[in-house]
This record gives sequence, structure tokens and C-alpha cells, in this order.
Amino acid sequence: MFLGAMTAVAQGTTDEGRPTQERAAGNRWSKLTRPALGLLLPVTLAVIWEIVVRMGWASGRLAPPPTVIFATFVELVRTGDLQRNTLVTLARVAAGFGIGVAVATMLGAAAGYSPLVRRLLDPSLQALRAIPSIAWVPLFILWLGIFEASKITLIAVGVFFPVYLGLMGAIQSVDRKLVEVGRAFRLSDIEMVRRILLPAVLPAYMISLRSGLGLGWMFVVAAELMGASEGLGYLLIDGQQLGKPAEIVAAIVAFAIVGKVTDWLIVLAAAPFLRWEDVVRSE
Amino acid sequence: MLILDRVSKTYPNGVHALGGVSLDVKLGEIVAVIGGSGCGKSTLLRAIGGLDAPSEGAILLDGEQILAPHEKIGIIFQEPRLLPWLKVADNVGFGLGDRPKAERAARVADALKRVGLADKAAVWPRELSGGQAQRVAIARALVPRPQVLLLDEPFSALDAFTRADLQDHLLDLWADAKPTLILVTHDVDEAIVLADRVMVMCPRPGRTFDEIGVDLPRPRDRQSAAFDFVKRCVLAALDRSLNRAVTGAQDEPKVEAGAALWW
Repeated sequence: MFLGAMTAVAQGTTDEGRPTQERAAGNRWSKLTRPALGLLLPVTLAVIWEIVVRMGWASGRLAPPPTVIFATFVELVRTGDLQRNTLVTLARVAAGFGIGVAVATMLGAAAGYSPLVRRLLDPSLQALRAIPSIAWVPLFILWLGIFEASKITLIAVGVFFPVYLGLMGAIQSVDRKLVEVGRAFRLSDIEMVRRILLPAVLPAYMISLRSGLGLGWMFVVAAELMGASEGLGYLLIDGQQLGKPAEIVAAIVAFAIVGKVTDWLIVLAAAPFLRWEDVVRSE
Repeated sequence: MLILDRVSKTYPNGVHALGGVSLDVKLGEIVAVIGGSGCGKSTLLRAIGGLDAPSEGAILLDGEQILAPHEKIGIIFQEPRLLPWLKVADNVGFGLGDRPKAERAARVADALKRVGLADKAAVWPRELSGGQAQRVAIARALVPRPQVLLLDEPFSALDAFTRADLQDHLLDLWADAKPTLILVTHDVDEAIVLADRVMVMCPRPGRTFDEIGVDLPRPRDRQSAAFDFVKRCVLAALDRSLNRAVTGAQDEPKVEAGAALWW
């Protein structure tokens, strides 16, 4: 997923300096064929399954064929159920992601920058990290109730660790030689952060944000499966309890779409700051 | 005037890197510091640059003690150390953050033209060759118009042809404003091509072993007999600095053998 996005960014920057028309044409061709090649397998399988069910070789009751899923999807959109539940889930992820990222950024920056903070904080956080985050759920429900607070907290915990670890590691591995350039040019502490540390850390930070978001989506499902009256996770449960597999698959598809779109938004937001990274790859 | 007064450096781990180096450098003078590995030449340069304070002794630039990086002192490292997230022009202008935008742009453009890379202003550092990147680093160091420019084996990572090219280029740039240059190198030819004075250091702890004046007109012909003579003197001094037992033995075969050994 990450590599795919990187090449997408790289392709976005190849607009200047193409030597020949021919090469540009070849590039456009491969731009079209490469994703198409990836679609071949799932589309073939879907078509086969459709045929199998249509011919009556299988009932398709528990594994509905693509047309049924599509019809269910359209129906959910028409009644507005899908949008409403997606928005609820999105709001939960946004809140959990926001809180998790904010806390992780502060602690990760402090732990990366100051060895004292790292020695104080990091062992405890590493110990907490060893606990599977879902194990917190009963405790969160006892502490925070069964409504939004416990769900958002669980998501925030899931988002926290990759971001915290990524940022701390990135700060620690900033090239000492570049920091020395900053010293030689007599940068103040604030300037050093702004002009050297921040840009140096940004690529790794973006990666950690993306894996944090991925975990956020994973944890929102866990949270919603454990009891929710709305949200995409609720659609999953609803589909299971009422024996509507098409609804489950439709909700899964919706998860995939919003997950991918939000991930892509992060990539898009970061792209202008990371263009320097892709120079070599775009060649 | 740059004055080094008995500069010593002992690292926290107990390594005695510098044992009282004294040196007076006139404005506009080019001094090459040469010596075997571990003789503290980089430590000395970093002390002058204010990056590592000396444990004892003082470094004075026009009477002002250097304890931290100083605006009149620029430094060029062995690697270009360009910031990969800034375009070449922004890298060159890195030390001019406090100047008005127009002045910055003008000085950057001027410096890039001076190092022959005007067409690379809008390019990322990754797209440069090694020699080009080091030229950008030189431009970056020269743009704030330092009075003293320190060079830490600046051309050692480049191939021989690019190296000779950049040495000539450096002299050319030096002639613009005639800053003081202090050049750490392990290349005897480079020292003699560039310097007015070659300071040979010896190790454990690092200190001045010998100073050899290079009184040759510029541009210097690397093939001339006079050049060769100075080179032999420097090689002989280097040889003696590393084998302190054999002092005085300066016959020619001995020098040649020592030169080979030293490399």
C-alpha cells in the first residue's frame, strides 16, 4: 500500500524534464495498464462467482454474488443508512486519531529530543505497548461507559503507539552531520527545530501517521463490534444477526473505501513537503 | 588575525587529542594542516570553528575568543552536507536567513554563478554529482562572506580529476575576497597547490611538528622542480613526524620509502 502510494507521488512529479515524446507516451500507457493488471484477478474471481451463482451451482445465500452486493450497496446509499453510519464511524476515527496523534506527537517529540524524558517515559510506554490494545476494552468500558468515550479512547490508544515510536525513532536518527551544519550557521534552538529537525523528521512521521491511521480503522471496527447502535461496525453486526451477508460485505467495502481515501488524503497533504524525497525514484 | 594560543583538547573519554597547538594566521593567508591519522587535525579545525570548545588554551579572532560558531568563520566539511529538502539555491542561502529576501536572492544567484552552477539553482541536491554538491557547499560557506574559511578534507571524497579542478576553483574564489583559509588535508599535493604555509602535525597528543613555507608563485605548476622540492620537504617532515626515532636522516631514498609507507 505504501509503495503504491509512493510511486503515485513519484509519477506526479515526472511532468518536467521528460526527454522525448515517445517516453512520455510509453509512460502514459504503463500508467493505464499497471493498475488494470492488478484488477485482473479480483474481477475474474467476481465474474466466476457471479456465473456460478447464476447457473444455480451454488445458492449464494451466505456468499452473495457481486450484483447482489452492489444492489445492497445502492439500497443502503439510497436509504441514507450507509452515509449516516459511515459518518458516525468517520467521526469516531477522526476524534481518536486526533487525540492519539496529538499525545503521541508531544510525547514522541519529547522522548526523541531529550534523553532524560526518554529514560523516564519510554520503558513504561514500551511495557504498555506489549499489551494487545483490545485487552483494554473491558477496563475502558468500566471507566468511561459504553458510549463514545470508551470507543474513542481505544482508537486513540491504537493510533498512539506507531506515531509515538515513529516520531521518537525519527528524531533520534536525524543525521548528526546536518544538525552540525545548523550549529555552524548559528541557528537558535527554535530555528534548529524548524529548519533542520522538522524537515528531517517529516518523511518518517508521515509513515507513522499512516500506520497509525490504519490501526485507527482497525480499532474502530473492534470498538463498534463490541456494542454500538450506529456506525459501519454496527452494520456488520446487524448483517450478521439478521443473516444479511450482502450488508456485511457492503459495509466492508465502505470500510475499504473510506480507509483508502483517508490514507490518500494524508499522502496528498504531505506530498508538497516530501517532493525532494522522490527525485531519484521518479527517474 | 587568527591566533591559536596553546590549544589543547582532551575528550571526556580521556583521549588527549590536542596537546597545546599555537598558530598565528594572518588575514588572507592559506594554511594547510597535514599529518597522519589521529594527529588531531580535524579536532583542531572543529575547535577553530567553535563546534568543539578546547579544554585548555584559547582561539582568538581579532582579539575575540571563539567559544561557539562565529559568523566570521565558515566551515566546509568532507561531505557536502547539503540539506536534501532544500533546492540548491535555498541551500546556498541557508546562512542568510536574517537578510532581506531580495539581497538573499541576489547573493545566492551571484555565488551560484561564481561556482559555475547557475543553471542548477532550482534542482534538488540529490540530482547533483559529488563535485557539484561540494561546489554548492563551498558557495554556501562563502555566501555569508566569512573572514576565515575552514575546510576539513573537502575534496578527499572526489576523484583525482574533479579534485584538481576544484582546487583551482577554490583558489579562484579565494581571490575574490581573500579570506583566511585553513585547510585540513592528507593530500600533500593539495596542501602545496593551495597553501602559503604547510603545518605538519604529529600524533598522541596532536601538536605542531614542523612548518614549511610554500613560497611559490600562483598558479602553481604541479610538475615544476620547485613544487617537487617543497613536496619532498613536506614528505620528509611527515615521515619524521611518524617515526620520531629516525630524525635527521634526510637522504633521498629514505624520503621516498617513507612517502610510500605513509600512504
